[in-house]
Amino acid sequence: MASTIAEKILARASGKKEVKSGEIVDANIDLAMSHDNTTLVSEIFKEIDKENVWNSQRIVIVLDHRTPANTITTAENHKLIREFVKKYNIKNFFDVGEGICHQVLTEKGFIHPGMLIVGTDSHTTTAGAFGAFATGIGATDMAAVWSTGKLWFKVPRTLGFDISGELSKYVTSKDIILYLIGKIGADGANYKACEFYGDTIENMSIDSRMVISNQAMEAGAKAAIIPPDKKILDYLKLRDKESFEMIYSDQDAEYEKTFEFDITNTEPQIACPDKINNVKPVSKLTGEKINQAVLGSCTNGRLEDFAIASDILKDKTISKKVRMIVVPASRSVYLEAIKKGYIEIFLKAGAIIVNPGCGPCLGLHQGVLADGESVISSTNRNYKGRMGASGAEIYLGSPATVAASAIKGEITNPKDMIL
Amino acid sequence: MILKGKAIKYGNDINTDVIIPGRYLNFVKPEELAPHAMENLDPDFFSKFTKGDVIVAGQNFGCGSSREQAAMCLKYAGVGAIVAKSFARIFYRNAINQGLPVIESSEAVDATDNKDVLLIDLDKELIKNVTKNLRFTMQPVPEFLQGIITAGGLVPWLQEKSHS
Ligand code: SF4
Repeated sequence: MASTIAEKILARASGKKEVKSGEIVDANIDLAMSHDNTTLVSEIFKEIDKENVWNSQRIVIVLDHRTPANTITTAENHKLIREFVKKYNIKNFFDVGEGICHQVLTEKGFIHPGMLIVGTDSHTTTAGAFGAFATGIGATDMAAVWSTGKLWFKVPRTLGFDISGELSKYVTSKDIILYLIGKIGADGANYKACEFYGDTIENMSIDSRMVISNQAMEAGAKAAIIPPDKKILDYLKLRDKESFEMIYSDQDAEYEKTFEFDITNTEPQIACPDKINNVKPVSKLTGEKINQAVLGSCTNGRLEDFAIASDILKDKTISKKVRMIVVPASRSVYLEAIKKGYIEIFLKAGAIIVNPGCGPCLGLHQGVLADGESVISSTNRNYKGRMGASGAEIYLGSPATVAASAIKGEITNPKDMIL
Repeated sequence: MILKGKAIKYGNDINTDVIIPGRYLNFVKPEELAPHAMENLDPDFFSKFTKGDVIVAGQNFGCGSSREQAAMCLKYAGVGAIVAKSFARIFYRNAINQGLPVIESSEAVDATDNKDVLLIDLDKELIKNVTKNLRFTMQPVPEFLQGIITAGGLVPWLQEKSHS
């Protein structure tokens, strides 16, 4: 039987020759990731009453959400997590300051094509950019994985996205995925595995592909897989941890639906408050006043995002009415950005640089919004109250749009910055 | 399992950030979370709610983050069940793991108004709108998931399994 990548990975992980969509399988987990919510997982794990975790090598814990600790309760939670990893001998522990879990997993070489990965974070789908089946789960499911190494899955149907055409200057993968979500809706991929292919995807850097796999979760995707290629192999050569197999869909694999998008003339896109599928071209919003601009997150806090933003911000000054907050996705992104001079450009332009981590993305610290304020942000969610007060308005856009808007103090088409 | 309660109706795409805002995620105890349930959307939710009430909602209920606190806070606020047109997948798993019945039925959602009384028979897979005297079917739930719900969640289910 012909199969998609998702079906092949779930078949391999559950020890079967093949699986059909709709079938429920009990699969062996290759990697289990948690972050600050390890506290909740460990509480539940204690109730299951196990002496040991199933495999301490396959558990990775990264503190990233509220780092460094923003309150005493957070500090106490972090302390509990440090005690937990010591007790259970979890060596793959990355303490505050290392970066956002999804970025750290890839940089440290934990992600390979063909793996079955679960994480107690919905954007675990990011690892799909490496050809893995990676998905978010809750704390109880994770406690069960820690205890047994297994989890049940319903084999999803696969949606195919064939994306072709060349991106014009200052149009990025963020614009493409927002555009797609605008078309298919906030639940357009719910319960489905997505596969992205076509020449636009092939020509994208790994940083850009990770944006697609990350943000696709906002359409409900269970997994957001990009077939691996030489770029992935070259990346992994530098970080090799384990051997792996590249997995591809069969020619005549069955997709629930395939979409074709020619993105040749796509404009930069904005997801407007407070629905992710309320997507409009930036030209419809130019002039909308903003109080804050955020460049960062697991979606768009990588080196490539900093490169495009600094290209726009070089020798410019941020509007006096705007606070611009820059959050590197990881320590290594931060270091590279210093070497390349991006951080200097941001600082001179008037931006605030905070430590690697989730930063203001989830509205807890490092730039919380007041009622009635607006933000343009390269993060992935614009829900009511996500970044602070429930009366704050969140516009999502690409790093280029964030940088251009920060200069003008209003939503701005980055293409207007091309001299 | 048979449940009865009055409907509290919401729209589509009710996300986890409005069910339980990020600022409460440091809490791991259900009793600390429950008073903040639905705070960003419906600040009076907890006070107007009677134990056993049923949330009735449109498509994609629980979209967004993987935070299990979203299912926990609703369960411990006393929500008897959630009937929606569809659920976001992580929330669906979390609710079952917490022993909170999640039921898909577009017809029941369309026909139910705020405060209607619903009677839900999980074994017979039937929903009755008592106020309007209407009956609906629901999407079947696989047997082992029903077992998890009946046991009160994944942890008690695993404990039962290891003792039997
Ligand atoms: S950056 Fe935002 S979306 Fe990404 S993991 Fe952190 S809180 Fe979640």
